[in-house]
Amino acid sequence: MIQKTGVIYQGYPSEQELSKSPGVPSDERIKRGPVAFIECVQEIPCNPCEEACPYGAIAVGQPITNLPRLDEKKCVGCGACIAKCPGLAIFVLDGSEQKAKISFPHEYYPLPQKGDVVDCVDREGKAIVKGIVLKVVKSPKYDATAVVTVEVPMEYIKIIRSIKRPGRS
Amino acid sequence: MKTTEMAIIGAGPAGLSCAVEAARAGAKVTVLDENLKPGGQLFKQIHKFFGSREHRAGTRGFRIGQQLLDETEKLGVEVLLNSTVYGLYEDRLIAYIKDGRDHTLKAEKIVIATGASENALAFPGCTLPGVMGAGAAQTMINVNRVLPGEKVVMVGSGNVGLIVSYQLMQAGADVVALIEAAPKIGGYGVHAAKIRRAGVPIFASTTIKEVLGEERVEGVITVELDEKWKQVNGTERQFEADTVCLAVGLSPLTELAWMAGCEFAFIPALGGHVPIHDRNMETTLPGIYVAGDVTGVEEASSAMEEGRLAGVAAAESLGYIDAQKAEELKKEIWGRLDALRTGPFGEGRRAAKFKQLSSRRLMA
Repeated sequence: MIQKTGVIYQGYPSEQELSKSPGVPSDERIKRGPVAFIECVQEIPCNPCEEACPYGAIAVGQPITNLPRLDEKKCVGCGACIAKCPGLAIFVLDGSEQKAKISFPHEYYPLPQKGDVVDCVDREGKAIVKGIVLKVVKSPKYDATAVVTVEVPMEYIKIIRSIKRPGRS
Repeated sequence: MKTTEMAIIGAGPAGLSCAVEAARAGAKVTVLDENLKPGGQLFKQIHKFFGSREHRAGTRGFRIGQQLLDETEKLGVEVLLNSTVYGLYEDRLIAYIKDGRDHTLKAEKIVIATGASENALAFPGCTLPGVMGAGAAQTMINVNRVLPGEKVVMVGSGNVGLIVSYQLMQAGADVVALIEAAPKIGGYGVHAAKIRRAGVPIFASTTIKEVLGEERVEGVITVELDEKWKQVNGTERQFEADTVCLAVGLSPLTELAWMAGCEFAFIPALGGHVPIHDRNMETTLPGIYVAGDVTGVEEASSAMEEGRLAGVAAAESLGYIDAQKAEELKKEIWGRLDALRTGPFGEGRRAAKFKQLSSRRLMA
């Protein structure tokens, strides 16, 4: 069984890895309104996120193996980076209201519809809580990657990262 | 006998990129490929590529393939399909079979861009229908739109195993487990994270003990491995499955380079025996170049850059590009290649490529 933590053992970043990542915003920033949350903790040669941001809030620079650095003051949480990340590793979290809003990339058909009540899953794919689909954004610019926003109780803002695939429960 | 200035064997990412560079410079280019359609593995890459803007990052692989095809067409590159090259003889003579008949093609420059093939793995039940290469499954779902099975066990956690697992789920299958013999996940964490949040369990230090089934795959028994890679009794797990996909590495398709008489180096990090080449991608045989996975297994982005490099270098030596311009172009391409070979995942390949490049000097 997998006992060790960390992305190379579990297949997703540990809390410790995320806390050290320059792409992760502060809790205070998440409470102020929508902001990108970049779960990219390995130095791989990749930088489309940098160019995707219309506000210059994501910097990779040279060499392109640098981890993306988020400027949480510049980021407005527009989500333009979500579908551009080839690793599907960028989320937008909004902790400014009573319920948490989590936006994530989604590439399984059929797509969920606005208003659907769905099983929201954590980084291991476990169904943790039901959530409501607030928005499903499709755009030619996103090239077939939909951006889905769900609403869940605030305590799950750092936990929920996707929804169950269609037809699976 | 047919003649051309430059013959490229293989119409994958390396071969097509090479063709585009050389034809743009003015060379008369002929590309041969054994398949019915050009593009190599690009048309089954439905995911967005990594890298930078220059590497076409963020663009899905099949779209890059289509753009390369459009460019070759616009530039008047001759593409011979259904053409299997079986011989590479003295004086750069190519023998190939097309439509059941023998043909020969003589070229001033030859680029071998034949790619790589998937490695197999032996275990009880490995010959049962339903056991296949991960690349084969990827071709079935993304090119032929046939689902090979509904419940898949994936073997191997490199990027191929992780990406094909994701795409099998996109195609409607369930991946019941991904197993990896090494103690940790080999591919990019972001690829692993995509399948983990879709509920795929990843078992490290685990291999296949046996595949069950009479006529076809019905189940898989896995077993854990200790630090010495020995099976640990009592750690077996059983999965109900109808498909087993093997993503356990690739080996360069080097037969033609061997046949031609190119010198080789043995570099495990690149997939085994690889033809030695210089910074122009030219082998130890003047006028014979290599590009892409045949020179060492990497990914499509590096294959395309190596193809461009070979294309520029061959066009230069044919007299279509002057030395100064060629130097500039090659410098740019090397910059992009070096960028892809950095970081914890790329350094090993960069060191391996350096060894390959230095081998020639050592021999001389």
